[in-house]
Amino acid sequence: MADPAEARTPSASLPDPDVARDWLATMTLIRRFEERAGEMYAKAKVGGFLHLAIGEEATIVGSTRALRDQDYLISTYRSHGHTLARGSDPNHVMAELFGRVDGLCKGRGGSMHMFDLDKRFMGGYGIVGGNLPLAAGFALASDYNGLDEATLCQFGDGASNQGTFGETMNLAALWSLPVVFMITNNQFGMGTALERHSAMTDLLRKGEGFGVPGMRCDGMDVQDTYDVTTEALRVAREERKPVLVEALTYRFRGHSMADPEEYRTKEQVDEWRKRDPLAVFGDQLVDAAIMSAEERETLDRETIERIDAAVAFADASPHPAPNELYDDIYVLGEQVRGWYSVDERTSTPHRGEDERGMDENLPGHTEYERAMGHPDAPTPTDDAQRSDD
Amino acid sequence: MAVMRYREALNAALREELQRDESVMLMGEDIGVFNGAFKVTAGLMEEFGEKRVRDTPISENTIVGMGVGAAMTGLRPVVELMTINFSLLAMDQIVNHAASIRYMFGGQVKVPLVVRMPQGAGHQLGPTHSHSWEALFLHVPGLLVAVPTTAADAKGLLKSAIRDDNPVIFIEHEYLYGQRGEVPDDEDFTVRFGEAAIRREGSDVTIVGISRMALTAARAAETLSEKHGIEAEVIDPRTLRPLDLDTILASVRKTNRCVIVEEGWPHGGVGANLAALISEQAFDDLDAPIQRVTGADVPMPYSKPLEQLAFPHEPQVIDAVLATTKSRY
Ligand SMILES: Cc1ncc(C[n+]2csc(CCOP(=O)(O)OP(=O)(O)O)c2C)c(N)n1
Ligand SMILES: [Mg+2]
Repeated sequence: MADPAEARTPSASLPDPDVARDWLATMTLIRRFEERAGEMYAKAKVGGFLHLAIGEEATIVGSTRALRDQDYLISTYRSHGHTLARGSDPNHVMAELFGRVDGLCKGRGGSMHMFDLDKRFMGGYGIVGGNLPLAAGFALASDYNGLDEATLCQFGDGASNQGTFGETMNLAALWSLPVVFMITNNQFGMGTALERHSAMTDLLRKGEGFGVPGMRCDGMDVQDTYDVTTEALRVAREERKPVLVEALTYRFRGHSMADPEEYRTKEQVDEWRKRDPLAVFGDQLVDAAIMSAEERETLDRETIERIDAAVAFADASPHPAPNELYDDIYVLGEQVRGWYSVDERTSTPHRGEDERGMDENLPGHTEYERAMGHPDAPTPTDDAQRSDD
Repeated sequence: MAVMRYREALNAALREELQRDESVMLMGEDIGVFNGAFKVTAGLMEEFGEKRVRDTPISENTIVGMGVGAAMTGLRPVVELMTINFSLLAMDQIVNHAASIRYMFGGQVKVPLVVRMPQGAGHQLGPTHSHSWEALFLHVPGLLVAVPTTAADAKGLLKSAIRDDNPVIFIEHEYLYGQRGEVPDDEDFTVRFGEAAIRREGSDVTIVGISRMALTAARAAETLSEKHGIEAEVIDPRTLRPLDLDTILASVRKTNRCVIVEEGWPHGGVGANLAALISEQAFDDLDAPIQRVTGADVPMPYSKPLEQLAFPHEPQVIDAVLATTKSRY
């Protein structure tokens, strides 16, 4: 376990005032968004699993700000912050958490599966380690087409133990792909501490045997994360060498919302909270007179209002209609024709997309109505238990 | 028309599509310098270079996953897996990723990926190299599944698979690689997914044969005609997703009897699924219970006689057909 007190003092240099304000604003947005998402989960507005990135804001903002617009970013199930940092509209991110049609993914993905093609945020993925090959695939396409794009692939310390880690490091190095792999080392994979899950705890060295050089940044320090990621991306882009960056950080909340945190002490969490990236960076900006204390408060208040609006937007957005159930499984065309392609058990095969008439069946569909919160729907007898994952 | 082997037809399809579209590229273990474990990709690296035809390390899950990623960002990768047994190492990328990505991201991206691989018993390769698993992939919404039997279908379906915007599982057969057949010369010749082929017309019983079993069924049909005076209609669905159920149902409504032949395992097999679909929609047209002829419910044995016992041959198909004609329902 890294000692937070041993970590270096905040970066001496600060970026240009406009850049510094943007970084603080984005970190604030992520923090306030995540806090509110947690509240909405407690109110059962958000279902499934919810993994918050509170404590990891400097890692998220420092690394994503090192990207150019045309670069690809790919992440994990802990990715609200990544898509927000990339510029996704908080309304649509919140609506996705609520499972509504105006969600980034029309309510199909939920918290673990965000995606925003316009922002080149190429997705959150629920399979630990599953996103690494995809990242190498994006880099392959960029390289193949002779484009100046790079890919940044985010994953956790726990994911560095997956088979895809070694396979992808090897392939990326072998084929000289412009990709940076960033381990967000928050020092736990769920409840298993780094020392208990990885024989090699210097994670930046885990790619060396595959020909992927490592770098480390202080993931609690947005400037340092930005500097190291920028250099890693330069190497990937210009020298055509993948790089593995380890960002040392800490998550302040449980793994997901149902985590009693029995695997760590309150003292340890408190020690790390002293390095709260949002508080530290905000103080720095005030101390350096880049921002007044009032401006900082205003930023915070306006951010909270922005999130209020996102919640209102999400709440007002409709649930997906029943007839959307089968949409977007396939790209429909000559070879694949609508409903027929999906499920042959219709009494009249070849019914077109328009003719499915599922809406008419709705009044009889009590489970759907219950999920919609329909007042007349029967009350549930056995509410599915939420477990931790 | 040119007569060529199934493997040569596949090779021609790959060559033509590589020529036609710059975004088509091939990846796989030993497909380049070695020319492919079954020589399907012979000469292609030499012709198109190492950028477009890539030898990969032995990393099935990651090769397929890179194919998915590259497909999401504009390429049309065709990934070869050496045999279908090895596809299990890539199941996470095939099912959790390739098949789900378009749906779970609300239709924002497409995944025009082809994963090709051969299946099938008969070469004494034992339990890790000989299985027939079209049913595993048929199970998964989001995938298309092709099982070509003839050289012409191999070529026409592969070209369609590469041009399609969905992830396609393209299942070849080790026995069929050496079989010859007539193939149209036309470079624009394709076979559309979701159109079954009627290999033989008949009025007494419908035999649906999957992959190589379409050939076994056709041979059995000749014997049935000569020795038993039974005229079987033989249908090769060619693709299992989408499935041309209409053609199968029309045939069953005519013959009132149906036998389904597949090389894969019986439980949860293609035949089990198809029998359910037929009984749901044409129960009243059936004069006898649907019969299934399947591979034995065992890991494939090495011993030559045991292996031959473990997958269907003509006699089992004939017995199953006779059973449908004897039953008096
Ligand atoms: C293949 C797979 N195995 C297990 C899980 C369950 N799981 C979800 S998150 C997680 C821990 C991952 O830890 P890490 O990679 O460090 O990321 P973090 O959660 O700390 O951000 C596990 C085991 C999963 N989602 N996918
Ligand atoms: Mg972790």
